[in-house]
Amino acid sequence: MYNIDLKKAKAMTGAEAVANAMRQIEPHVVAAYPITPQTPIVEYFAKFVADGVVRTEMIPVESEHSAMSAVVGAAAAGARAMTATSANGLALMHEVVYIAASSRLPIVMPVVNRALSGPINIHCDHSDAMAERDSGWVQFFAESNQEAYDLTILALKLAENENVRLPVMVNLDGFILSHGVEPVELLPDEVVKEFVGEPNVMYPLLDTEKPVTYGPLDLYDYYFEHKRQQVEAMENVKKVFPKVAEEFQKISGRKYDFVEPYKLEDAEYVMVALGSTNSTIKYVVDWMREEGFKVGALKIWMFRPFPKFQVQQYLNGRKGVIVLDRSASFGAEAPLYEAVKSALYNVTIRPQMGSYVYGLGGRDILPEHIRSAFEDAISGNLIVDEQRYLGLRE
Amino acid sequence: MLKGWKDIPIGGIIDEPGKSREYKTGTWRVLRPILHEDKCVHCMFCWLYCPDMAIVIDSSGQKPKMVGFNYDYCKGCGLCADVCPTKAIEMRPETEFIEE
Ligand code: SF4
Ligand code: SF4
Repeated sequence: MYNIDLKKAKAMTGAEAVANAMRQIEPHVVAAYPITPQTPIVEYFAKFVADGVVRTEMIPVESEHSAMSAVVGAAAAGARAMTATSANGLALMHEVVYIAASSRLPIVMPVVNRALSGPINIHCDHSDAMAERDSGWVQFFAESNQEAYDLTILALKLAENENVRLPVMVNLDGFILSHGVEPVELLPDEVVKEFVGEPNVMYPLLDTEKPVTYGPLDLYDYYFEHKRQQVEAMENVKKVFPKVAEEFQKISGRKYDFVEPYKLEDAEYVMVALGSTNSTIKYVVDWMREEGFKVGALKIWMFRPFPKFQVQQYLNGRKGVIVLDRSASFGAEAPLYEAVKSALYNVTIRPQMGSYVYGLGGRDILPEHIRSAFEDAISGNLIVDEQRYLGLRE
Repeated sequence: MLKGWKDIPIGGIIDEPGKSREYKTGTWRVLRPILHEDKCVHCMFCWLYCPDMAIVIDSSGQKPKMVGFNYDYCKGCGLCADVCPTKAIEMRPETEFIEE
């Protein structure tokens, strides 16, 4: 948990907060295509460019496939490059999202989470991010506008670390965060600039003294080795991230980690979730604790690489673990549930587990829904292989 | 020798120019071109058409001479045999050349 100094904070949307992080980072290149609900990020940033506040080369492309291709090219050239997208835009990027990761380019991309079509829908769920969970990108999920801002800055330093060299997606819930106004404490520009420093460039295409080739044909003789390197880079994220988080804490006073425990010390029933729903869960935890229930929450800040060790540490020995997923995996368990369940396979005292899918296509999640899931757990009514739904009409 | 994952640059990046020389692509070959020297008139058609620069010539004399093939890079496409006006190149299955 962190405290925001309300005297220093400004009321702003998540989109404005993220755009300000981008302004302070001042990447060399931003290529983006507007898509609801990411649009205001691009609008704010385009204004910074038009007003001469940043010297960024802004490339207004004709599609997201081109947006990601342009930032891949820019990053390979040695530039600091960013973009932002949502849902179908991310899906259109998909091919190049993999290329960014496998070419080991430290691109940072805020993703304003929105339901993937179809039927077409513009509201929040995590189906867009989950479709990229095996793409090789680091994935953060922000609970608040402050976190979306902080994680965007932090992500850049993580991505550029020479033992990581992976692109990072900063997920923020569509409309709930992107268009919702909250107090956000922006760091002073020079503090951010000093934190991100000069770009840590590796293998720049523009270095004509040392010519390199990106994206060559890579067949059965070396492709496998390159994939193994990507696996290792994700492992390295687990080592590098705590250091970057510590440095960030020094400049901001805000502490980031793989996960965030909430009232877990004596909690018997723990709810696990991604993104903004954690605020509602915390509210329900407080509410139920007033009534004497030993409940708590575990927020997953980093979904890829999945913080298996921390999940095991915090959840081993609990009576019940309830996992909330804002996306479904048709024909299999919901993504977060699957990951948490798999992590808990070899803990000494396995909790009872329950999977709850909620909020698809922006369906509201109410405190009562969360409470009912906690009550299922408390009454011993969790079934490990049963997927339940919150807020769905039968 | 193929290298392990710890010994190669990340991301499939080729970090030096001219490195394709070290990348022996001849292992793809299914058919192997064989030169029948008696039929060759050294017209250089095969040298001109070979997409992998795998025709070895001797250019020390007044006129270049066809000498043979560089099997490290020859992929066995058979273009040389196809364009040879005197049918001096024969394509034979690689299986015949497997050393016990
Ligand atoms: S094309 Fe045939 S004849 Fe001409 S140089 Fe090659 S092998 Fe000899
Ligand atoms: S078979 Fe193809 S690659 Fe081999 S020498 Fe002939 S033309 Fe060149």
